Amino acid sequence: MLKAKVILVALGAALAVPQALAGATPEEDRKETVEYFKQMFPDVPFEEFVNGQYALNDDRRKQWESMQDFPPYEFAVAEGQEMFETPFANGKTYASCFENGGIGIRQNYPYFDTEKNEVITLELAINRCRESNGEEPLKWKKGAIASISAYMASTSQGKPINIKVPDDPDALAAYQDGKEFYYSRRGQLNFSCASCHVQNPGKWIRADFLSPTLGQPSNFPVHRSKWGELGTLHRRFAGCNNNVRADPLPAQSEEYRNLEYFLTYMSNGLPVVGPATRP
Amino acid sequence: MTDQRRRGFLKGMLGVGVAGFALGSGIVPLRVEAATAPDGSDWPEKAFKTPGVDETIAELYGMEANESDQITMDLPTIAQNGAVVPVSVETTLPNVTGIALLVAKNPNALAAYFDIPEGTLPFVSNRLKMAETTDVVAVVISDGKAYKATQNVKVTVGGCGG
Amino acid sequence: MASSIRVRAVENNGVTALKALVRHPMDSGFVKDSAGNVIPAHFIKVLTISHNGKNVFVANWGPAVSKDPFLECRFKGAKKGDELTISWIDNEGASDSTTATIA
Repeated sequence: MLKAKVILVALGAALAVPQALAGATPEEDRKETVEYFKQMFPDVPFEEFVNGQYALNDDRRKQWESMQDFPPYEFAVAEGQEMFETPFANGKTYASCFENGGIGIRQNYPYFDTEKNEVITLELAINRCRESNGEEPLKWKKGAIASISAYMASTSQGKPINIKVPDDPDALAAYQDGKEFYYSRRGQLNFSCASCHVQNPGKWIRADFLSPTLGQPSNFPVHRSKWGELGTLHRRFAGCNNNVRADPLPAQSEEYRNLEYFLTYMSNGLPVVGPATRP
Repeated sequence: MTDQRRRGFLKGMLGVGVAGFALGSGIVPLRVEAATAPDGSDWPEKAFKTPGVDETIAELYGMEANESDQITMDLPTIAQNGAVVPVSVETTLPNVTGIALLVAKNPNALAAYFDIPEGTLPFVSNRLKMAETTDVVAVVISDGKAYKATQNVKVTVGGCGG
Repeated sequence: MASSIRVRAVENNGVTALKALVRHPMDSGFVKDSAGNVIPAHFIKVLTISHNGKNVFVANWGPAVSKDPFLECRFKGAKKGDELTISWIDNEGASDSTTATIA
């Protein structure tokens, strides 16, 4: 924890922007983050942060609203539902693995499993569900797993994100690990996640318009025009790492799961709006 | 003056549903278009394989299009991704029988054209691919004449991959 | 297998607004796959919307229409509860058709 703070303070000093998160607890970090973005974008209502760049740029927003007329992920969500409801070879379904049969639970993911001592993301839970029922796991970043995850998100739309960091040293360590990742510079460009999404949202980086941290995980999985299909949050993490010329980590690696844990905690209270479309 | 070109023009005229339009020395025969599943045989291959806006309009409709301020185009200033650019066209021109969408800098200009039968409003919205920053041209056939409007859209290649 | 066509049609004050999304790759023929081979053009050529046996809209599309094409159009003469037929055919001769009820 001390280490994380030192890194953050050093970053803050170098860039002279108040981006360092030095809260003593996750909740203090979150409040600081919310306050920071409220000051940066005083005209953006809190709930609008889930819409990322579309909350900040009218031309972009119009294009997005036009896509929302009939979002291109609708086919994938329908397929996801079909897969979700189709029994495994043993006759059971995904519903048997999840609280409330898997309906309306997206807002609780990822969570820290204090028995297994690790962060469980929704995609990890989907594949573990398959394996415990004798099925092969799905590939992590796109395709069937993204469609199933998108269907599950669609049943949870509007529910406020509710990530908990239990009073457990391992849970706190996972959270801190994710936070440290978010603020650590990496790659040939020497950018941290925060360089773009905390310090510079609302600005153009060449032809791309940067979105703020707050609300990002509300949208996943997302259908990117660039991909022409749905992808999971970890697919996007890998893409961001590539962008700064850093080696991406494997989807569902401990590092990315911890990153998702921190990132999603920051968005507590914002509604689930996924799946969504992005450029 | 190919058959193709002539057919494109005829097709545009037919949608009015009124007999008796003179076309050169010929008369468009009265024909009630029954709705059947499309077989694609009317699809104007040549018009879809023509580079350049003016050339394509000539190929498709057999005439030139005049600028009109009665055509409203709705498209972004900067496309968030050239693979999916929403484009809408609406017009106050009367007796519209067809609308075409052309992307000037695409390898072939014609992206889509629409038959607007009587009773259908002269409006269409769809999503197009654009290879680079380009003019987008909407052509409207009104009272048998072609009109056009042009709007530029910036298409940039984003750096944030993944 | 679910239909490749999703449709919403709503009538208001005599005007029916129809939005449709079709699942189709709409390959342009200008893109290469990861092995460097050109992906052949594969796209919907014609999509028709008909009401009471009459076409109310005909879209002629080329390969510059985006993947999973979207269409919105508006027409008069139909009322709530009427049935619409939406059909398409692509350049490889594949086709699909569905019906939708105006809400």
